[in-house]
Amino acid sequence: MEPIRTVTSIVAPLDRVNVDTDQIIPKQFLKRIERTGYGDFLFYDWRANAAGVADPGFVLNDPRYKGARILVAGKNFGCGASREHAAWALADYGFRVVIAPTFADIFFSNAGKNGIVLVRLSEEQVAELMHKASTKPNYQLTVSLEDLTVNDNDGFHAKFEVDAFRRYCLLEGLDDIGLTLRHEKALDTFEAKHNENFWLKAKVVQ
Amino acid sequence: MINGPKTLFEKIWQQHLVAEPEGEPSLLYIDLQLLHEVTSPQAFEGLRLAGRTVRNPNRCIATVDHNIPTTIEGRLNIVDQIAARQMSTLRQNCKDFGIELYDVDSPNQGIVHIIGPELGLTKPGMTIVCGDSHTSTHGAFGALAFGIGTSEVEHVLATQTLPQSRAKTFRIAVEGDLKPGVTAKDIVLAIIGKIGTDGATGCVIEFAGSAIRSLSMEGRMTVCNMSIEAGARAGLIAPDEKTFAYLKGRRFSPTGAAWEAAVAEWKKLPTDEGAKFDRELTIDAATLEPYVSWGTSPGMVAPITAAVPNPADAPNEIERKSLEKALEYMDLKAGTKLDAIEIDRVFIGSCTNGRIEDLRAAARIARGYKVSTRVSAMVVPGSQAVKSQAENEGLDKIFIAAGFEWREPGCSMCLAMNPDILAPGERCASTSNRNFEGRQGRGGRTHLVSPEMAAAAAIAGHFVDTRNWPVRNEAAKENA
Ligand code: SF4
Repeated sequence: MEPIRTVTSIVAPLDRVNVDTDQIIPKQFLKRIERTGYGDFLFYDWRANAAGVADPGFVLNDPRYKGARILVAGKNFGCGASREHAAWALADYGFRVVIAPTFADIFFSNAGKNGIVLVRLSEEQVAELMHKASTKPNYQLTVSLEDLTVNDNDGFHAKFEVDAFRRYCLLEGLDDIGLTLRHEKALDTFEAKHNENFWLKAKVVQ
Repeated sequence: MINGPKTLFEKIWQQHLVAEPEGEPSLLYIDLQLLHEVTSPQAFEGLRLAGRTVRNPNRCIATVDHNIPTTIEGRLNIVDQIAARQMSTLRQNCKDFGIELYDVDSPNQGIVHIIGPELGLTKPGMTIVCGDSHTSTHGAFGALAFGIGTSEVEHVLATQTLPQSRAKTFRIAVEGDLKPGVTAKDIVLAIIGKIGTDGATGCVIEFAGSAIRSLSMEGRMTVCNMSIEAGARAGLIAPDEKTFAYLKGRRFSPTGAAWEAAVAEWKKLPTDEGAKFDRELTIDAATLEPYVSWGTSPGMVAPITAAVPNPADAPNEIERKSLEKALEYMDLKAGTKLDAIEIDRVFIGSCTNGRIEDLRAAARIARGYKVSTRVSAMVVPGSQAVKSQAENEGLDKIFIAAGFEWREPGCSMCLAMNPDILAPGERCASTSNRNFEGRQGRGGRTHLVSPEMAAAAAIAGHFVDTRNWPVRNEAAKENA
């Protein structure tokens, strides 16, 4: 995972609430067996109609937002299916930060594992960013994971919170399995004892 | 350590704590991982790339369910090459890493959340994960079961653990008697409608109360299955005599003295008297009716006696917009009575309502009737075991006589990753769990209902209140 410290970029406004993972990456792309290459299919059903003709009204088709690495969206972003493909698609497309009032739980953890910073701001702050990103040409934000701040050049300043451990992993680009294996001894001891609890065994061997 | 009275969740949590590193999530031991073709390939790929192995293959099982076609011909000759590759990848991975696979030709094949309990793999007090959000289903047995992403699938394969931060606890008590014709599905739809799709975010819900206890294991699974639709990390129901009776004699259940000892352990699990929950909610079972979803989120539900709501009545601008959008997608007008909505398709199945009891309930309604000429309807058993049980009971004959298609087990039209798909604009009464835009096919319109409501809608061609349904006891006559 690539370490991530500060992101400065234009901001793509996705003015919808409850954006679910079926919309982020529609299921027809879940049949692939690779981890990469999902960016082209991000918000596929919103980007183009059934015949494959692009919808010029959709934010990612708007040339103003080309190359955006920051997405701002309504509350409960990432709800629905647990598919990590949603995080892979956002990351593969180039998004490094999503700003919203709230995020769904599983998506929250999937995003963290894929080097995407999720920034929770208040409804009012998100509304302000949404408005600015929609109306001001070339509107940019700087999100700093080191300072836990979101700033623009136009007087917007906000602090956000990220779980300290998640922040550390994002800043260092650390892999979760490697982190867990620091506890291998404890795990061996625990497992040997836990295995005696036969009533918790998946397959009880008599 | 928590001292004093504990909740069911806290007991399971404590029994599985491997490590509690300072300032980091706790490391939780995972007793069982269920795998399927869609969310596992990248996890195995990750293991190979890092030169890691599966720590405990005996704590994993796999099956094919999401992609698999539900007709015999479709299964023999899988047209979708990408789906075929995903399934053959799973085969290879299970072989390479020594994991038991219930493949398409296995008598144990089925939707992963249906076969776990059926085989007795799911047991009270366990921690269970699967790369699928409806893993919450297994919580009906008093197991802490939750959906995870593919990186986490890899993590559990490699270490049999998962870093987890502790969830909040939320007790939802449904008290009193359900009115006749009101089902487990209606309980959970009502709860989601009440608290919203983010109403339990960050929480593990413990469903309690006399109405929950009076549900069968199948009904409890339906309720826990959809706890994720309320945003919960997991749903739980305390194990009791019904749980034990269900598990006794299953393939992976203990036997003899071990069974008695296991039951004694499981009996220690229910929440202690006086244990504190972070949140509590009580619902009066007697106020519940059969529900129908009218929008594009599982929280958009109303009783069958109600009408499509008016966006103008929304409490704020954001809600109003999302309502308008939903009605536009669903092609519904505010004020339309729900029982006036005509449908084109009916899907009875999925991990929410694809168990034997669901099929019995639907068959009870369908017996002696014919599916409306405007409707195409199908019944997809959740597993091979459900299918053969239903066939032993003659349910297949009832459905076929009524004009339903009788299919092979799989996720089918729950998410349309296989050939079972709604055409754009088609309207479906579905016993599944999600009515998101395009969930059952691009442009398709999903109404979530119970199996009874779906069967009745198939026959009437529109939604009907099943509480007034005249049950017939004789089979349908040909061309009646
Ligand atoms: S039936 Fe539907 S919800 Fe259940 S596992 Fe399959 S796709 Fe997921």
